[in-house]
Amino acid sequence: MKTETSVSSKNEILHEMKDPTSSFNEHDVIHNLKHYLPTQAALRDFIHHNSLHAFQNLKFYDAIFKASKMFGYQVTLQLNEFRTLYKNGRIRKDVLEKVICDKKGLEQVEKWKVNLISKDYDCTNAPRVGVLRSNWKTQCKLDLDSLVQPLLFRILSNYLDQGISLWKFPVGNKSFLDSIKELEKNSYISFFKTKRAKQLLLSGDCQIKSLLKIVVGDEKYFEQYLFDQQFAHQGWSGITSAIEDMPQTLMDTKNITLRDLIIFELILEIDALDFNLPKNWQPLSNFVSTEPIDLFDKVPTNEINEVFTLWQNAFEWSYYDGVITGIALGKKQPQKNIPKKSFQALFCIDERECSIRRHTETSDANCETFGTPGFFTVEFYFMPDGGKFYDKLCPAPVTPKYLIKEFNAKEKRGHETLYSHLSHTFFIGYFVTLTLGFWAAVRLFLNLFKPAMSPAISNAFTHMDNDSQLLIENKNLKDRENGLQIGFTIEEMAARVESLLRSIGLLKDFAPIVYVIGHGSSSANNPHHGAHDCGACSGRPGSVNAKVFAFMANHNKVRQVLSAKGIVIPNETQFIGGLHDTAADQIKFYDTKILSEKNKEQHTKNAVAFENALDLNAKERSRRFASINTKLSLKKVREEIRKRSVSLFEPRPELGHGTNSLCIIAGRNLTKGLFLDRRAFLNSYNYETDPDGKILTGIMKPVGPVCGGINLEYYFSRVDNHKFGAGTKLPHNVVGLFGVANSSDGDLRPGLPVQMIEPHDPVRLLVVIEHFPEIVLKVIQFMPEMYEWYINEWIHLMVVNPETNKFYYFKEGQFAEYAPLPVQIDSLIDFNVLMDSALEMETNHIEDATHENLPVFILK
Amino acid sequence: MSTLLQIFILIPLAGFLVSLFLPRKKERVISAFAISIIGFNLLVFIIFTVYWLMHDHPMLNEKKICLFKSSDFEFFIDFYFDKITLVFAGVGGVLAFLVSIFSKYYMHREEGFKRFFNTILLFYTGYNLAVFSGNFETLFMGWEIIGIASFLLITFYRDRYLPVKNGLKTVFVYRIGDVCFILAMWMCHHLFHENISFIKLYSSQLFSSELTGNYFTGICIGILFLIAAAVKSAQLPFSSWLPRAMEGPTTSSAIFYGSLSVHLGVFLLLRTFPLWENMLLIKILIIIVGLKTSLIAASISRVQSTVKTQIAYSSIGQIGIIFIELACGFHTLALIHFAGNAFLRTYQLLVSPSVLNYLIHHQIYYFEPHKYDESDSFLKKIKYSFYILCVKEWNLDFYLFRFLWEPFKWIGKKFSFLKGKLFIASFIGIYLLGLMCYFMQENIPPIIIEFLPGLFSCLALILVLKAFTERGEAIDAWRLIVSAQFFVALTIVVNELPDLIKILFFMSGIILSAITGAIILTKIKSKENNIDLNCFHGNTYEHPKFGFVFLLACLGLIGFPITPAFVGIDLLFSQIHLNQVLILTFISLTFVFTGISALRIYARVFMGQHKKTYHPMAYKSS
Repeated sequence: MKTETSVSSKNEILHEMKDPTSSFNEHDVIHNLKHYLPTQAALRDFIHHNSLHAFQNLKFYDAIFKASKMFGYQVTLQLNEFRTLYKNGRIRKDVLEKVICDKKGLEQVEKWKVNLISKDYDCTNAPRVGVLRSNWKTQCKLDLDSLVQPLLFRILSNYLDQGISLWKFPVGNKSFLDSIKELEKNSYISFFKTKRAKQLLLSGDCQIKSLLKIVVGDEKYFEQYLFDQQFAHQGWSGITSAIEDMPQTLMDTKNITLRDLIIFELILEIDALDFNLPKNWQPLSNFVSTEPIDLFDKVPTNEINEVFTLWQNAFEWSYYDGVITGIALGKKQPQKNIPKKSFQALFCIDERECSIRRHTETSDANCETFGTPGFFTVEFYFMPDGGKFYDKLCPAPVTPKYLIKEFNAKEKRGHETLYSHLSHTFFIGYFVTLTLGFWAAVRLFLNLFKPAMSPAISNAFTHMDNDSQLLIENKNLKDRENGLQIGFTIEEMAARVESLLRSIGLLKDFAPIVYVIGHGSSSANNPHHGAHDCGACSGRPGSVNAKVFAFMANHNKVRQVLSAKGIVIPNETQFIGGLHDTAADQIKFYDTKILSEKNKEQHTKNAVAFENALDLNAKERSRRFASINTKLSLKKVREEIRKRSVSLFEPRPELGHGTNSLCIIAGRNLTKGLFLDRRAFLNSYNYETDPDGKILTGIMKPVGPVCGGINLEYYFSRVDNHKFGAGTKLPHNVVGLFGVANSSDGDLRPGLPVQMIEPHDPVRLLVVIEHFPEIVLKVIQFMPEMYEWYINEWIHLMVVNPETNKFYYFKEGQFAEYAPLPVQIDSLIDFNVLMDSALEMETNHIEDATHENLPVFILK
Repeated sequence: MSTLLQIFILIPLAGFLVSLFLPRKKERVISAFAISIIGFNLLVFIIFTVYWLMHDHPMLNEKKICLFKSSDFEFFIDFYFDKITLVFAGVGGVLAFLVSIFSKYYMHREEGFKRFFNTILLFYTGYNLAVFSGNFETLFMGWEIIGIASFLLITFYRDRYLPVKNGLKTVFVYRIGDVCFILAMWMCHHLFHENISFIKLYSSQLFSSELTGNYFTGICIGILFLIAAAVKSAQLPFSSWLPRAMEGPTTSSAIFYGSLSVHLGVFLLLRTFPLWENMLLIKILIIIVGLKTSLIAASISRVQSTVKTQIAYSSIGQIGIIFIELACGFHTLALIHFAGNAFLRTYQLLVSPSVLNYLIHHQIYYFEPHKYDESDSFLKKIKYSFYILCVKEWNLDFYLFRFLWEPFKWIGKKFSFLKGKLFIASFIGIYLLGLMCYFMQENIPPIIIEFLPGLFSCLALILVLKAFTERGEAIDAWRLIVSAQFFVALTIVVNELPDLIKILFFMSGIILSAITGAIILTKIKSKENNIDLNCFHGNTYEHPKFGFVFLLACLGLIGFPITPAFVGIDLLFSQIHLNQVLILTFISLTFVFTGISALRIYARVFMGQHKKTYHPMAYKSS
């Protein structure tokens, strides 16, 4: 039966599923493919995730070695890199011995040490994927990829394009395959070179199975062939699959499925084969010389993988062990009691805010800081004034039911003439070239010598207008738009404020001003800017959430509800929203005019403290930037940092989440005395207010997907930047406004570019929780998908017992006491000296790069 | 004043040579050095220009070094300065200066940081040599240097497949332009009996009289220069290499393919203007090429959904218009247009990554759902057809491959039966016979002597085509190329019976390069076992030094201006007479494919994905 609509094609899939004689099940295979393909959506929605999410049901090491064998990934550092790290002391000898001893037993230590340090191993890794399909090349001397991919990518990107091409895809409102059919049907020129291919497409009877029959022949190879084919361009297949599942990632939505892509690619392959091979060419299975190994077959264990396991463990524990020792020492330090708090400040748990909290506390010893996910428990869609789309402002897995609208925005968006499409046209392009061409030279000159903010630069502070108003309170439940409730009711507000305050343990002793500070990042010439914004806000700045939360917490009626529940916020206490630009190191506050006279005065003082903290923060960050001399005066360093964020020539406006490796869920007393080098996600939590772990469950839910996701994406992009990462940014070419490729006809590059992962040490996340082990065990077992992260060792978990101060490490389903190895932790007398004397990497090879990462210090 | 001209080549040349010896890891030193060399050159140039303008801006000419001289042939380096030089050198200097400052930050910690600045300096040397050149020979030297620098920057990420593939593609097309350039020079030489300098070309009427006398030759010269210009400026039908050349770091794409390198065709047409200004046919041809290109490129640019290819096609379109302006004689307009286009495209490419943020923001506020044409009309069919045609880039890339390379591949494969010891022995035999003919020419009937050059040049072409299609041992292909050069020499010997010194001059460079190359290949072979030409091996990963030396050997072999072979090629061509079309075809094709085959060997053995998989490697498609 001929079919035109996607509904009937779905029926066919079902039909095929029921065919008992067939070993090939299209639906299952596509489902399977989608499971393994990268899931990165359009770049503006940059959500960090575990690059090997498809393997998360396995134990970490089993998973990575299996993935490595299947797809040819490098999954740990290289052997010689581990050895260099050992030589230069980054991997500790005592830790290495302990790791071997734990795994192999005491008597084996010497033997394995020799293996690790000096034995010769064959580290080559020939992947399974691609072997079957390579027969075209080896047997028929035909490079099918080169013949098919350039045109396929071109058509795909034209169909999906969001606004680069001047001439849009002529049929963009139908599904991918239908659009091409329509185009082919109504055209005198064809995408294809041969007749059969065109007929196959137009007949409508193009099923994956029947096409595979032509190309591959034997059914037993079908699945393997599709994996080979789709993993030959995993970037394009991945984004197709992501758009299929999440069409709203494109604003100009497109109806595309992976199935459509496979069918079209198979037809293009038939076209290329018909054109290039003799008339009666044989399907692939007729001349497969050696039976390929099944992609999913068990991966045999081998010695080299054990060596990698031991090295990786040793590398991780060489860092963790110092952290545990540091925390133990820090806990013993006497805690200063602050009688009267000058202000309190809530920051995101983001590890980039770890240092600004420390510096804020240095600048004003009487303040108190907290860490909590940067959407501040308010989840909603945001519509900017004059905007036509909603921005989701909460963690990616959450689907909000609320809408916050902006109105009265004062600043209008500027335009950049030089970005105009007109310069690409024939006539106007001619005059643009003759006139604006010279203006371009002036602009280039200014950009180089006097970088400044411009409309072409992504500015974190323009996400929401500084002086606009938001519609936050819902007074009538009928106020709805597209199925979303506009604003929150009093009860809904109170529930959210209460939830946040309870989770960080801020229930009494409120300071006169409580700052709620989200974060975002400004950068120029950076398609990956979404990856620098707040992960808890779906890769956008957290300014709106901060402002909304402050409004809620200031609301009289909300406070009444709260005090009924035992949280009494004094009348003089006021909440103020703000945004920290982590690239430019600037903080802006919102709605300061609501402050009382007394608080206004206080705020002026506090603002100075924040300024000083930002200066210090800039200095701390500058040590990793070769273009800035850290020894310059604070103000100069700060100015240089600001310039970076608006410089077109700067591929590293900031380093994103690079170096993240810890997540500490505890009161500030556990970390206040420690220099953690911006490597820790800090989530404030008070075990005393949560004896049964209920609040902890809420906190732990996002730790896996958000912190674990960030950490593992950095891990994998670091160890194999070519396959997991996006490679170097410098040759990137923006495709269709949703992705980047290396050149005109290359595959899309999901993952993180090399400029973001250079300083990163590829270690898994270590979560440290201050509570009793039995409670924590109950909490993580609460949800199977949460437990999976820990039981399968994708994240390390350590618990510190608040009463005995003993540490317990989670392994194979239970907690066992962990005693850190004896090691000297240095005390840090002067922050400036440390920054000025810290080493800077000479190259971005791991052995050089990790010189930059400092051990834990005790702050005096 | 004219003696000063050489400074503008010597400064960057010295800079390039010194930069080769800077320590690889010292980024600051390398970038500061390159910036100050280019900056200093620019400064001197500005002072010079002011002085020149204040002194009635005369045309300056300086005959500098004579590289070779015999009774009937002279090869000399010549410099020249006028308004055209001023604009090209000025725009080039400013852009090179700005882009190198940009790159200092942009390229930070990039694996090939030093390589990048080396190549930029090499490019700048070649560019200045070309724009300050006073005769075709000097211009050609600069032209060749730019070509190689282009190849090196496209293949900057040499461990990936696509840059190497596209780099080779570009070189293949460039090579056509190079040979057209040589042929045009050769014709000029036969027509005017001297190596003409631009100053003579511009100032005397002598040439136009010569040209009117030899109308056909004149037309040929015009067409050849037009092809050379069209290749370098990516005009039809050679356009498809330019968007594919955007493989290197954005900064290098900006300076090369956005601005300087791609306008060199314009420069060539400006310099050759006196040769064809009185030939209506050539003018019409240029206008046709320019018009067709600008229309087609503008239409292709409309369907580009990636930023860099969109800019590339827009730039090609504007250059098409510049060609028209040139043919119509609006030289000042053409110069202004060149400068505007160069600045604009450089800027657009440099900021191309920020387009994502800018346009998405734009979309949030101004998005209007597209209205699709639902009618069923003839016009719609035309529109759809045109759309598909543009997406397929008017099949330019396909046809270029189909009609330019496939036939030669086919010929090369037809001779695949020529292998083994017997084949080697017979070719040596033929060669010795040929030499004998030379020494005993009195005893051999003239009819045979006349027939010999054709035979030998044909054999040379067969050999090099075999090398071009060779998929087996790299060293075999190398041997084939080298033997082809010997047959070329033999052809000339039996054709003209010139002084042996000329032949030796040519062969000295060839032999040196041949031996070096052979040693490197043997060494690599003994280390890596397999270096057949069936795939890319990426040996640079482990043997970067060997790779560098082999590249030098390749360049020497193909007549790059580092060995005497460069002068030799010109010299050899001068020995072929105007009426020997067959020999000329064979010899020039041999030169085309020598270049292509040698760089192909280099690319296959040293570039592309590394064969050993013990370290992370890019996907083939990335």
